[in-house]
Amino acid sequence: MSTDPTHDELAIEATGLLKVFGAHRAVDGLDLTVPAGGVFGFLGPNGAGKTTTVRILATLLRPDGGTVRVLGHDVMHEADRVRDRISLTGQFATIDQELTAVENLTILARLLGFSRAQARTRAEELLDGFGLADAAGTTVKTHSGGMRRRLDIAASIIVTPDLLFLDEPTTGLDPQSRNQVWGIVRALVREGTTVLLTTQYLEEADRLADRLAVVDRGRIVAEGTPAQLKASVGAGTVQVQVHDSNRAEAARRLADALGVAVQTDANDGLLSARVDDPTLASLALADLTRAGIDLTTFALGQPTLDETFLALTGHNTQASTDAGKKPA
Amino acid sequence: MTTTSTTPDTTNHALHDAVSTRPRPPRASPVSASLTFAWRALLKIKHVPEQLADAIMIPVLFTVMFTYLFGGAIVGSTREYLQFLLPGTMVFAVLLITVYAGVNLKTDITTGVVDRFRSMPIWRPALIVGGLISDAGRNLLAAGLVLALGLVMGFRPEGGTVGVLLAVGLVLAFAFGLSWVWATLGLLLRTPSAISAVSFLVQFPLTFASNVFVDPQTMPGWLRAFVEINPVSLLVDAARGLMHGTAEPTQIGGVLLAAVLLVAIFGPLTMRLYRTRT
Ligand SMILES: Nc1ncnc2c1ncn2[C@@H]1O[C@H](COP(=O)(O)OP(=O)(O)OP(=O)(O)O)[C@@H](O)[C@H]1O
Ligand SMILES: [Mg+2]
Repeated sequence: MSTDPTHDELAIEATGLLKVFGAHRAVDGLDLTVPAGGVFGFLGPNGAGKTTTVRILATLLRPDGGTVRVLGHDVMHEADRVRDRISLTGQFATIDQELTAVENLTILARLLGFSRAQARTRAEELLDGFGLADAAGTTVKTHSGGMRRRLDIAASIIVTPDLLFLDEPTTGLDPQSRNQVWGIVRALVREGTTVLLTTQYLEEADRLADRLAVVDRGRIVAEGTPAQLKASVGAGTVQVQVHDSNRAEAARRLADALGVAVQTDANDGLLSARVDDPTLASLALADLTRAGIDLTTFALGQPTLDETFLALTGHNTQASTDAGKKPA
Repeated sequence: MTTTSTTPDTTNHALHDAVSTRPRPPRASPVSASLTFAWRALLKIKHVPEQLADAIMIPVLFTVMFTYLFGGAIVGSTREYLQFLLPGTMVFAVLLITVYAGVNLKTDITTGVVDRFRSMPIWRPALIVGGLISDAGRNLLAAGLVLALGLVMGFRPEGGTVGVLLAVGLVLAFAFGLSWVWATLGLLLRTPSAISAVSFLVQFPLTFASNVFVDPQTMPGWLRAFVEINPVSLLVDAARGLMHGTAEPTQIGGVLLAAVLLVAIFGPLTMRLYRTRT
């Protein structure tokens, strides 16, 4: 399966992982196997236990049960061996806001053992590569969210890690910043770093991840390649807005072309239908145009995380955080 | 098919250079890591000099204010009072600002920077030790300011330069011990301001109910009993003795022992909490 024969080592091997906060099981018997190389997506809604799991894997949190080996070392007993080879970009910024970008990186490089001159050079090289050279000398608190994210990632790869944890690296970023982060992740993977990336977005996991695991209530509920997961959910929905007078006919034609039921939104008259095959959706749209029905708007959506969740777990994403704990 | 690239080719080369495999240098030594953290604290002061406001204002304000406010009333002559007061204000000012040891540590924990340090292969105590090095600098600044102002205002220590330097050293040694108490609290309490509040509640009674401002001979017996066992009084006695050349070895030994005990108890406690709590 793997194209690179050196990648036979496992990056992460966790079994029965448990972390309890008070009475709440944030991680509840999680099993995870991540091969070395590529991007492993860790997908889940708010409160699923992504950050808690990542913090355990990155030696920041002691598990209450289970065994974890990262790059072949036990995270509890050989923490420093693990720290020698991993890096973490946490969900929330872990850089000094009052210091400048170059100062942040230089300090971290010094802490990693670089000499003063080497540290400075490495900091500047990273800032150049990440498009931050112009902002190198300004304090981080004046930087945009996207710049901080990139700086945070730069801080994690001063020494090339064998395994990099990125905890929701693109949440809250605009599309351009998000693309920049994706570019960085791809470049790192090309250099041989294994990336474990947590995300709430199926699209992100789809674009970046070679394999992914869906986590819910502290457990893995599904695992596979993005294609396998999407196949289990369906490709998504097609949404069409037409003039009022054409709505009934449009709905009928869509239903015929797609072979599924078409819903009409009670408020705005938006027609929507599930599609498993995007080609079929484009044929259906072409059919409408041919019949002389003008489309005001149309969209072909990937299944949302909500839909994926519903399909995979039988409950929606909100349920992960609040329901299930209370006896309702 | 092709979309316009948001990153021109030159940037791609730079990105490639930046991410291309970098070997790990040998680990930083404990000393080097601690000094890097101290340097980090200095850089923060450079960017936010307001941080030093307390270390400057407290010494200046209290030396000037107490001398002229109480001098006439308590001893009858401000100049004479200054000879008595100055070692006390030095202790007072330095001890008040030791709380930064806890406040800065807690701030680092709440902002999340500590998470990054803890996921790196760095000598664990370096963050705390480095912080204490920079705190020592801050304490020295406060002590120096009190002394400089005092000399301008007419402070004439009979213990000479050696006596004064030894007194400053003793005050800083005790402050170092006390810093570990704040570092412990920094790991136990929830917010940086909670640490300031606790420090205020503890330090104000301890400094005012001491021999910093007045000779305890004039106090009622119950208060005098407290003042005489108050560690702040013991420190002030020793500093006063050194500056005026009348210190007893037992006084100095007592203060040093207190400093050593503080480090011996709160040092390991801090490190243990740092390992398990953050
Ligand atoms: N230190 C803590 N103390 C108490 N509860 C915690 C703590 N950390 C996490 N939790 C709880 O554990 C659960 C899992 O949290 P976690 O942060 O791992 O989720 P997540 O998947 O990262 O969510 P998000 O997408 O919001 O970041 C949540 O219910 C959270 O409230
Ligand atoms: Mg999280």
